[in-house]
Amino acid sequence: MKNICFCFQMHAPYRLKRYRFFDIGQDHYYYDDMQTEEHIQWLVNTSYMPLCATLRDMIKLSKGKFHCAIAISGVTLEMFEQFAPEMIDILKELASTKCVEFLATPYSYSIASEYNEQEFKQQLALQSDLIKNVFGLKTSTVWNTELLYTDEMAYNLQKMGYKTVLSEGAKHILSWKSPNYVYQSAGSSKVKVLLRNTALSDELSFHFSDPGWANFPIDAEKYADQLKNLPEGEDLINIWCGAETFGVLQNAGTGIFDFLKALPYFILEREMGFVTPAEAAKKMTASDVLSSPTPLTWAGEAKDLSVYYGNDLQQEALNKLYAVAERVHMCQGKHLKMAWLRLQDINYLHYMNHIDQGHTQYESAYDAFINYMNILSDFLQLVEEQYPTTIENEELNELLKTIRNQEEEIQSLKQKIAKKK
Amino acid sequence: MKALMFGWEFPPHILGGLGTASYGLTRGMAQQEDMHITFVIPKPWGDEDQSFLRIIGANSVPIVWKDNNYDYVKQRMEGKMSPEEYYHLRDGIRYDYRRIGTDDLGCVGFSGRYPDNLIEEIGNYEAVASVLAHSLDFDIIHSHDWLTYPAGVFAKHISGKPLVIHVHATDFDRSRGNVNPTVYAIEKRGMDEADHIMCVSNLTRQTVIEKYGQDPRKVSTVHNAVEPLEHPEEFTKPERKDKLVTFLGRITMQKGPEYFVEAAARVLDKTDGVRFVMAGSGDKMAEMIDLVAKRGIADKFHFPGFMRGKQVQEMLAMSDVYIMPSVSEPFGISPLEAMQVGCPSIISHQSGCAEILQHAIKTDYWDIDAMADAIYAIVKYPAMYKSLHELGQDEVNHIRWYDAGLKVRRIYDGVINHTL
Repeated sequence: MKNICFCFQMHAPYRLKRYRFFDIGQDHYYYDDMQTEEHIQWLVNTSYMPLCATLRDMIKLSKGKFHCAIAISGVTLEMFEQFAPEMIDILKELASTKCVEFLATPYSYSIASEYNEQEFKQQLALQSDLIKNVFGLKTSTVWNTELLYTDEMAYNLQKMGYKTVLSEGAKHILSWKSPNYVYQSAGSSKVKVLLRNTALSDELSFHFSDPGWANFPIDAEKYADQLKNLPEGEDLINIWCGAETFGVLQNAGTGIFDFLKALPYFILEREMGFVTPAEAAKKMTASDVLSSPTPLTWAGEAKDLSVYYGNDLQQEALNKLYAVAERVHMCQGKHLKMAWLRLQDINYLHYMNHIDQGHTQYESAYDAFINYMNILSDFLQLVEEQYPTTIENEELNELLKTIRNQEEEIQSLKQKIAKKK
Repeated sequence: MKALMFGWEFPPHILGGLGTASYGLTRGMAQQEDMHITFVIPKPWGDEDQSFLRIIGANSVPIVWKDNNYDYVKQRMEGKMSPEEYYHLRDGIRYDYRRIGTDDLGCVGFSGRYPDNLIEEIGNYEAVASVLAHSLDFDIIHSHDWLTYPAGVFAKHISGKPLVIHVHATDFDRSRGNVNPTVYAIEKRGMDEADHIMCVSNLTRQTVIEKYGQDPRKVSTVHNAVEPLEHPEEFTKPERKDKLVTFLGRITMQKGPEYFVEAAARVLDKTDGVRFVMAGSGDKMAEMIDLVAKRGIADKFHFPGFMRGKQVQEMLAMSDVYIMPSVSEPFGISPLEAMQVGCPSIISHQSGCAEILQHAIKTDYWDIDAMADAIYAIVKYPAMYKSLHELGQDEVNHIRWYDAGLKVRRIYDGVINHTL
């Protein structure tokens, strides 16, 4: 039986305010709250909210047979809490149906897995804790930023106890193979890899309302037929999109929400089912080994990280940022921790791309770089003030340990004295 | 295709950007095999490069019929023109210009500069154009900048051949809006009479449409380009302790020098190890020196004076930043020259070249905060310098006069065949 696996991913970056070099050392608040609020509310109203409402209806209409998964970064959940609490309510409602799996994803929209293993681990834990606290659900499947996957990362995930990881069904990795199977990671025999069906997912994201597209107009019946007609044995079809496919890339006027709503009926009619990634990994056995020693993502044409660290500007920003990772881990300050997470958002790096700047609000890649680097300079100065670079990391660690253990030390010595008396 | 061009300057003896652009464009166009260009300038010096076009000096075209024998003409025109050519041109005299003071050959003298009696020179140039229009064979007339519009218009009326004019600047750019009515009238008439108008940027095109009331369909943009360096490797950047930020050009209202000084003051307020240079001269220089002193940055701000030729490129090559905060710049070729030698450029949005450059920093001319921020970023963040240095150089090397020439050619063809 063929199973359809739907995943929707939600993330919006904090908007950084205009930050000039003469603000460095003077101003430690980096965000433009008004713009952030305006953007997230627009996103919620045009896309996230109608999408969640549609998913709720789909579950209801299919009597719980429709299953899907949602990936939300911790940063975005924070934003929902602050600026759009109605999103928390509807997500809770979805969580209570037991038909929706919440995926583990880095707390910030970061590529920490490439730079600092400990940071990656902490971010996954932080986000999972938040999901657990808010929705009462445990995460077990990992959707890394931009579906980033490497063999090494899979190995690290296994150490953290995760068994399923999602990535892109890119041609250069699969060649003649199909994305519609479960694979086993070359990095760890215990980790299963599910792959996005690029063609069928992109058909919704980019071609749904494109009159020049061969399948135009796409309707639920036709789409279900397409799924049904896939070769026998290809039993897991992963349709994963950014949530803004629904409402932004394809606006409500294209009928994308009605299409989605009608889909379960036609899928079930054709004797296919719905699964979440966790259910798929549990139900199905791996048919082959998948290996990608270098980053595999769903980004750009190249399906790697070149969009985010392809040029000198991006590399300098990333290197400067992650150079202080270990020091930040020792820090306790709340502001520092928060800034650290938010500044890792790779959207800021996207804006520094010379060719494709994504949804930038900057005039050019250089403009984006200047603003980010000024902020980063201030941030690095704050870290430096707490822990000067003149002290080695290890030495510092020892000192900190001593300081933190002081309490216990004093306590035990006091007890000793008491005994002696 | 035979083009008769009227210009005012031609290298090596040039006074501004017009000469550079005239040279680059004609050289680029000459690469088209069937393109023949006759370029008229008021006063050639004899050392112009004539390998790809024919230069006629307006000061050796007879406009009053004088009876001279062959040997005398040969002796007097030595190195400028053959007696046959002289007689041929003399046959083109149809009007009585005896009111204009001429020499024994019937020619009129030109300063070739921008003298006080400029309007008179423009009139004399027009008389020369009438003779040329009667005696030469050409398919199209091309006038560069307002000084030559009357000549182009007259040649059009005589020959019936189409006229295109090339707007390198308008009086609105030169005067920040306080236009000289005489100049405006000459510009306006040239535009009205032209069959097509070419502007060096969309910015200028907009001015031509809005301020001179031209039909947008008649106005096109042909961006300038830059001549490739013959030996780019001879310009090197010496190691030095301080970073160098350079302004280079006429120190006049149009170039926005005061914004540069203010931005410098902001940078120096926060940072050490940066020096500022304002090279060039102009009527605002004394005022700028005053301003620098008032801001208390005179120890880090230098005025080396006017520079020419290779000095300019050497200065640019040793700089870490080139800045052009022009208030209104029709095109502005100097940032391209800076990028050629690898110097990152900061330019104002109010400069025409901003339209075609990606790897340069653009700010509004009045936004000194943004300008200071950009200077700071280039001198402090190595990736910023590296990207602008490498990608900027690469970008400029792909902006070629040949392509601009092809655009002009398409306009010629369109005008002649009435398909534009």
